[in-house]
Amino acid sequence: METSRHWRLRQQRYALVGEVCPNCEVKIFPPRDICPDCGEEARQLYQFSGRGEVYSHTTVYQAPAGHTDNVPYPVAIVRLEEGPLVTAQLTDLDDRSVEIGMPVEMVTRKLRADGERGMLVYGYKFRPRLKQGEAN
Amino acid sequence: MPDNHLMKPYRPVGFAGYGAYIPQYRLPASEVARIWTGGKGGLPIKEKAVAGLDEDVITMSIEAARNALARAAISPTEIRAVWVGSESHPYAVKPTSTVVAEAIGATPHTQAADWEFACKAGTEAIQAAIGFVGSGMADYALAIGMDTAQGRPGDALEYTAGAGGAAFLLGPATAALCTIEGSYSFTTDTPDFWRRANETYPEHGERFTGEPAYFKHIMTAAESLMEATGTTAGDFRYAVFHQPNTKFPVRVATELGFNEEQIAAGLLVPDIGNTYAGSAMVGLTAILDVAEPGDRILMVSYGSGAGSDAFSLQATELLSARRSAAPDTLSYVRRRTEIDYATYARLRGKLVLK
Amino acid sequence: MKPNGKPQILIAGIGMTPVGEHWEISLRNLALDAISAAIADAGGLRPQALYVANMLAPALSGQSHLGALLADYSGLRGAEATTIESAGASGGIAARQAYLALASGAIEVALVLGVEKVTDKDSRQVEAALATASDADYEAIQGVTAGAQAALLMRRYLYEHAAPDDALAGFSLTAHQNGVSNPNAMFRKAISLDQYANAPMVSEPLNTYDAAPMADGAAALVLARGEILPQDNSHPRVEIVGSAAATAAFAVHDQPDPLTLAAAAASARSALMQSELQTEQVDLFELHDRFSIFAALSLEAAGFAERGAGWKLAKDGEIGLNGRIPICTFGGSKARGEPGAATGVYQLAEAISQLQGRAGMNQVPEAAIALVQCLGGAGATAATHVLRRISNEI
Repeated sequence: METSRHWRLRQQRYALVGEVCPNCEVKIFPPRDICPDCGEEARQLYQFSGRGEVYSHTTVYQAPAGHTDNVPYPVAIVRLEEGPLVTAQLTDLDDRSVEIGMPVEMVTRKLRADGERGMLVYGYKFRPRLKQGEAN
Repeated sequence: MPDNHLMKPYRPVGFAGYGAYIPQYRLPASEVARIWTGGKGGLPIKEKAVAGLDEDVITMSIEAARNALARAAISPTEIRAVWVGSESHPYAVKPTSTVVAEAIGATPHTQAADWEFACKAGTEAIQAAIGFVGSGMADYALAIGMDTAQGRPGDALEYTAGAGGAAFLLGPATAALCTIEGSYSFTTDTPDFWRRANETYPEHGERFTGEPAYFKHIMTAAESLMEATGTTAGDFRYAVFHQPNTKFPVRVATELGFNEEQIAAGLLVPDIGNTYAGSAMVGLTAILDVAEPGDRILMVSYGSGAGSDAFSLQATELLSARRSAAPDTLSYVRRRTEIDYATYARLRGKLVLK
Repeated sequence: MKPNGKPQILIAGIGMTPVGEHWEISLRNLALDAISAAIADAGGLRPQALYVANMLAPALSGQSHLGALLADYSGLRGAEATTIESAGASGGIAARQAYLALASGAIEVALVLGVEKVTDKDSRQVEAALATASDADYEAIQGVTAGAQAALLMRRYLYEHAAPDDALAGFSLTAHQNGVSNPNAMFRKAISLDQYANAPMVSEPLNTYDAAPMADGAAALVLARGEILPQDNSHPRVEIVGSAAATAAFAVHDQPDPLTLAAAAASARSALMQSELQTEQVDLFELHDRFSIFAALSLEAAGFAERGAGWKLAKDGEIGLNGRIPICTFGGSKARGEPGAATGVYQLAEAISQLQGRAGMNQVPEAAIALVQCLGGAGATAATHVLRRISNEI
């Protein structure tokens, strides 16, 4: 059980909280405290919108231990609208095929259970954007 | 009923925001029948919503809460209570509500707690939130009813035990999309449905769940509330009741004097099943998606064990302005991927994997 | 010492085991086999230092502290020894550490060993262990495997460069063709374009033939300072004329351009500069084809093709033994097999065989200069060496 390791990352995982560089204003995810662009300290938290588009995608059939219950599952690299790329599973796809460029949005889902008795680990995944206002 | 059975807080309150969540998978009742009755017999609903492998009451509550927050247009730091009612909390011990509070940014200056009372665990959180906000202890409190209820394979409940629910953000009436004129709770010790601690599936009293349970509590709660507020069915534009199947809420509506048109908008059970703690609440979100300012709405929940919470509500001008800030409930209902019984068994963890 | 005052670091001997599923041979015995063969090939020269390239022993064999274990087990008790770990680049990085120790003069004879044993645990545990080379907090937690990372890159590559679905087939075909005559290779059958096109998917669009098989193996090199090697050394002398390593952004999503292997490019540039050679002078390139997409990207990074054009070298047959830039001359990871951290040492041993004229049916005619490169993770680490055959006279 890796309780404290996951616990430290809860804001990043649950809500896609990253950083913004006070020097060059670039948005950073995952947070890393030193701006990868200008090298200055960047510890100011930034809430990403969760909107993005698919940069690339694939499907995992042979999963590593801890993820075998969920096969097959789609994974993607998503370009967040604020700039960074993030690696995440896709979800709620059903029969829809994924295309590079497809608009997606972040949802908080169950990533894994640390064994039968361990902690449940929650984190971000991305799904095709839900259309609003279909009934109105 | 003496006047003081009607519950009204000192400070008028209402729903500052509301949000639903329903997962996309649908198991037709005909599929359950195909496996268990050779396709014969009547079907209590058309189909039910089923949670995906990566979903549970925590993930679903987070999305419903985010929708409610979007409509309320407040900062999550103003929320001082996050309360989740369910009978399928992911942990037996460790609150759902703290994860939800963290995910929506309401921590750390907040109360958080999990609630349970079968299918009315969400509305009792609403009752308490009315008190919390109405007393001035807080300006905003979040009450969620959400479930991924399980039915024993082959049992009558398997046709209808569905996943979904709703979140309501209680706030001052001045900030509300829908005010709460008053509420009332009716409770008795009636064992119509239960589950012992280490059992997977619940037991139910079959026909005992009808007259002495569902109907008695909803009817009494509704009649008591209407008497205390001096209203009759005709004064309400909409009504929504706990919906375990299609027949029960239709019948109780008729017996209380409501017609088909009044209950149509909130009657979601034929398409998503019984969402247990969120059942009446998710019906209410569908009503709020279409209600006009000034419309009166009656909501009466029912939880086995047993009890009913009844609320008299009125839509405000703010409702039409704010409701498009989040997906309407019918978008979720129509977001539909049909699955077969085998896929359902896998999604619901009914396959022995270890 | 060479006329310009720089130390001469030479290959004294090489040894390797076949790559495969060695149910009967333990981790330490694989190591012993390779070490003994290399020392014998070096005329019995005894190393003072042992650099062990290994990534998975702690996770899959419950064994760390391999330097001391394997020095002791292989008759080198007392030698200084350590493990070097940089995921798949460990072999090349271990060679670099040996090179630096020799160049400093502190060590005169060093042994570089790459060893990996993957068959003592089941595939799910192997996948989980391999995933520790990626970002544990932001890639592995999402269930991303090494194959999935490569698939994400491959799909983006085919999309950005409007390449056909079978654009990378040539890498697999060439590797398998070369594996046919390598007695140490795991796969010794050629494959056809048709087989490639119909192969089952591992992780779309990556199919079975786009992915190298993980297997057990050990390879070893004895390196020595030129002045201590006897003149009548039986093989043509091979010198390490360039040695470099670099890192890049760690996760695939951290790269400013995920389709440029920045560490591979930087280390290749540096190694070539040290050797005072140009890419055109390179006779063969042992690149790291753990997945076929990395073959294309490595060729581009080293300057053999423009960004996005690496796949065309495969299509146009330029990468075969008689082509413009032969790669994977003994089958590469694809056909020889991928023994994890040991790959970098196999690559060096194979390149050395080429330059010594010992490559048998796999001989690249008149090979004199070899470029050798291995990658860690999806390219976060790269180690590149340039080897040159020199005449037996000083």
